[in-house]
Amino acid sequence: MDRFDRTERWLHWSTAALVGVLVATGAVLYWGELSSILGRRAFFKEVHVIAGLCLPVPFLLALPGRRGRGLRRDLGVLNRFSADDVRWLRSRGADPTVRLGKFNPGQKLNAAFVGAALVTLLATGLVLRFFSPFPLAWRTGATFVHDWTALALGLAITGHVWLAVADQDALGGMVSGSVPAWWARQNRPRWYQEQELNEEPTGSGVPGP
Amino acid sequence: MPIVESVDGTPIGRRVFLGLAAFGVSGIVWGSKGAGLMERLLGPIAVKDGSGFLGLLPTGRFRIYSVTGHLPRRAPADWSLDVGGLAGAPYTIGYDELLAMPAVEMTKDFQCVTGWRVPQVRWKGVRLADVIARAAPQAGATALEFESFDGAYTETLTLEQARRDDVIVAYELDGKPLSSAHGGPVRLYVAPMYGYKSLKWLQRITLVAVPRPGYWEQQGYDADAWIGRSNGRSDAPA
Repeated sequence: MDRFDRTERWLHWSTAALVGVLVATGAVLYWGELSSILGRRAFFKEVHVIAGLCLPVPFLLALPGRRGRGLRRDLGVLNRFSADDVRWLRSRGADPTVRLGKFNPGQKLNAAFVGAALVTLLATGLVLRFFSPFPLAWRTGATFVHDWTALALGLAITGHVWLAVADQDALGGMVSGSVPAWWARQNRPRWYQEQELNEEPTGSGVPGP
Repeated sequence: MPIVESVDGTPIGRRVFLGLAAFGVSGIVWGSKGAGLMERLLGPIAVKDGSGFLGLLPTGRFRIYSVTGHLPRRAPADWSLDVGGLAGAPYTIGYDELLAMPAVEMTKDFQCVTGWRVPQVRWKGVRLADVIARAAPQAGATALEFESFDGAYTETLTLEQARRDDVIVAYELDGKPLSSAHGGPVRLYVAPMYGYKSLKWLQRITLVAVPRPGYWEQQGYDADAWIGRSNGRSDAPA
């Protein structure tokens, strides 16, 4: 059963690669010990800045036009919290009567958080890189927010990867684009039903009719 | 063909996204206050924390800046310090010789002009006053120029500032020899001033009548960089 189209997967993995580079180079810049072992601080800084500036590019390329239809639709789905979602949150996922759509509310909150964190890191990173026109206090503020946001995002990514590795079928949705029908029926019954009703041909990779 | 999509429900996701992003980005403006609060809350705990876990958090930690493209390195055996200029007895001193001079230790907060503060750092070194006295400054000398072996970083102090007891030529930090990242093998430590005055990778001290502005002074920072009384900041003294 088709879950993520080609554009969405490309966006996910190109952003993941950039974030991977940012985490690795950021770690070198952040931990003095690592810095002094590896040296070449200016090089890591340059890579960190370039990767950071590239961060919005995949998203801006993926969003518009026909190729961005699936992405735009899924962003709409991530935005909306159904009554079931609210019950899922209240029961912390334990309520057996909850029928979830394409994403569980945890994924929706994670998406909102990761998006906001990346915007925050980009904005504060720009102040840190091009600090001269700004007041000194802004540099302090940007440093503070950049560090703590990076730490929080690091935890979110760790949780994200953990859960993905724990559910290989769900991970397959982002690798190959499709998930087994039984997985959808069991974990995302409302989404499964919608897909059945839409009678979308499997394996086309094109979202929606 | 019927189309059923999950667009029902409350639009919470976008609000969470916009709210968090606005909170985060606005932190550029309010963050300096947040940083100060965090240092006060976590600083005292981090000092007592034996596990080192709090040392991983973005508070009370050094951030390493280098004004050149690389982290300058010099082994203690290859290091020496020239003290000269308007001096009756200019001299060069090696690492072991410096360590043989009378040492002083002090434990103080390290305050950077960009806002971060590392609580209770233990320094060991030789009083700058002793290093200067040995060169026998001439009557015309009123200030000092410091040079780093990175080839770019320079700093200045007035002779009066340099003779304070809390200004040292440091070679140990928290009981360990200074690493390259922290400005080793030997750096300046000017306790009452912002971190940029504590020149790293020290290799030359020149007694002068009128000092040329140092690296950070050329970038617009104050030459008299008293903590809390310069650069438009109001931090507590170290």
